[in-house]
Amino acid sequence: MAANNFRHALFCAFITLIISYPIIGFNLEAQGINVTLTGADATTIVMVLLAAVIVFLFQMFREQIMGGLKSIPHPLPQSNKEPMAENRRAKIESWVLTGIVVLALFWPFFVSRGSVDLATLVLIYVMLALGLNVVVGLAGLLDLGYVAFYAVGAYTFALLSQYTGISFWLALPIGALLAALFGLVLGFPVLRLRGDYLAIVTLGFGEIIRILLNNWTTLTGGPNGIGGIPDPTLFGMEFGRRVKEEGNTSFHETFGIAYSGEHKVIFLYLIALVLAVFTALVIRRFMRMPVGRAWEALREDEIAARSLGLSRTAVKLSAFTIGAFFAGFAGTVFASKQGFISPESFVFLESAIILAIVVLGGMGSQIGVVLAAIAVTILPELAREFSEYRMLIFGAAMVLMMVWRPQGLMPMRRIHIELKRQE
Amino acid sequence: MLEVQNLSMRFGGLLAVDEVSLDVQEHEIVSIIGPNGAGKTTVFNCMSGFYKPTGGKILFEGKEVQGKPDYKISRLGMVRTFQHVRLFSQMTVVENLLVAQHRHLNTNLISGLIKTPSYRTKEQKSLDRAAYWLDRVGLLDLANREAGNLAYGQQRRLEIARCMVTEPKLLMLDEPAAGLNPAETKELNQLIISLKEDYNVSVVLIEHDMSLVMDISDRINVINQGRPLASGTPEEIRQNDDVIKAYLGEA
Ligand SMILES: Nc1ncnc2c1ncn2[C@@H]1O[C@H](COP(=O)(O)OP(=O)(O)O)[C@@H](O)[C@H]1O
Ligand SMILES: [Mg+2]
Repeated sequence: MAANNFRHALFCAFITLIISYPIIGFNLEAQGINVTLTGADATTIVMVLLAAVIVFLFQMFREQIMGGLKSIPHPLPQSNKEPMAENRRAKIESWVLTGIVVLALFWPFFVSRGSVDLATLVLIYVMLALGLNVVVGLAGLLDLGYVAFYAVGAYTFALLSQYTGISFWLALPIGALLAALFGLVLGFPVLRLRGDYLAIVTLGFGEIIRILLNNWTTLTGGPNGIGGIPDPTLFGMEFGRRVKEEGNTSFHETFGIAYSGEHKVIFLYLIALVLAVFTALVIRRFMRMPVGRAWEALREDEIAARSLGLSRTAVKLSAFTIGAFFAGFAGTVFASKQGFISPESFVFLESAIILAIVVLGGMGSQIGVVLAAIAVTILPELAREFSEYRMLIFGAAMVLMMVWRPQGLMPMRRIHIELKRQE
Repeated sequence: MLEVQNLSMRFGGLLAVDEVSLDVQEHEIVSIIGPNGAGKTTVFNCMSGFYKPTGGKILFEGKEVQGKPDYKISRLGMVRTFQHVRLFSQMTVVENLLVAQHRHLNTNLISGLIKTPSYRTKEQKSLDRAAYWLDRVGLLDLANREAGNLAYGQQRRLEIARCMVTEPKLLMLDEPAAGLNPAETKELNQLIISLKEDYNVSVVLIEHDMSLVMDISDRINVINQGRPLASGTPEEIRQNDDVIKAYLGEA
């Protein structure tokens, strides 16, 4: 056992060396027209050796370390306590949720423009994560290309506004429905696959959409993207200094107040808030409906679900389509917020971030997902000096989560159903 | 109501089921017995649409169903349990029963979202049906427990209740008494008889517990190494020399 461990640890350390030395150690330097290869300086070599030693020690004492991590007191001790009485809990929960939403409604009027802008982004991620939660958390389908549907929503609005001058409010349902349609069409051939295969194929789909957007220059403008996407209007009132669209009025003139760029930002935030709440409510309702239960049943035991008359394809497709629908929603808001979109906003990393939010939040849990969305979006902004290490911290956080709380920050709780005894 | 004619199922070189025939009339409990590996579960898998049989016919209420997708067969009213219990273990007990009733609640998404009166009525009905069956199998007090946390015997009963809420015409039970203690087996015995008497379902039963089989079966089919060995009433089977030699004798 010990010898085995030692060999394994040595091997891991060796791999660390031969991978990191060439990548970090060698530098290509351009001198005039010649490129020369320079070796690593002493500090780099020391660092690489140090890394190898750390890897060696970790692998050598892996069991002890992991055991130690597990025995560290639980970060959320109350999570193991007896749950409180069901109806009381439900009441408190709904009060707290209402309180949070009310607070979120008034909060933007007292903070800086930058914070409101960031909060809008958080809300967009909340929508995305809630939608992906349906696919991954509830239906158990690992979708690594979710960002594709986000892109479809955003590009639908961008293109329609460019070619037909459509308004935000009309684009919102169209973008979402088109994304849902994409989900349906892409899902159909893919959903026969399981587990890893499904993950790989959806990953491919995500990339195909992005590459298509990048290369179809005549339609999408390629890497240059599409700009001039209009802001939302409020009953025909625009938020810009000057009215752009014929027949519209301007917000500050109608109300006789001075123009301020903040109005628009706050308005967008409020729209995102309303849509995020809408998304949460609709999905919450779905979870208590036959579709929602069918998603979970299929995740839990596909064979049993089929033996009870559930059609695998129909159930999976419905999850995929509904998830895509909300991604389209978020995409439209995103396009409107940015005013400019390009394929760069829809890279795989986005899919990974959304997925991380779902996993961190606790698969299937809505409040957990909202908390995780806030954490994942805001923390990197707060710690800008660490931005280089962002992905590293991210990865470490995920690993720690898997050790401590594999069920996520707030695992999904089953709803309590009252039954009356029948005669 | 069910007729299996010369059913065969081949896995590569292995002929797991070889020309097995059986029939089930309305209001009947028919058992399939045979040693381990005889092919009993495979017969069920063909009947319930999990396998596409390589030969033979399966007629349910006069219509050929062999090779139809599993979920369609289940919707016709042929529902099964599994040799190894298959519950939705992270869902609660009552949710397990609600999943099974999705067809009774087959409304569109919008009417469920805005809770139309007709949706509410249907929802209430399926809750009542769930409550009724939970009460019937003695699990009503555990309705909001996670199904995976139930004791083994309770899981078995929940699995049967989950079939019953779909209002099947034919129930297929794969070794329902396996792992039960004698008291639980007795309860199961009564439950199966009551399913036939009070709820008008026919039952196909795979079971090793001979006293249970002999007690409640109207007819018994014996298969051995995939081939039919004998069939008849419990009395006939008890006295059949082939059966005694091949199966009962060794027990
Ligand atoms: N999917 C399968 N692939 C290959 N062989 C199988 C498969 N299913 C069952 N068998 C084989 O068929 C034979 C009958 O199995 P089974 O029907 O489970 O027996 P029983 O339920 O009577 O104990 C066994 O030899 C088993 O190994
Ligand atoms: Mg078997």
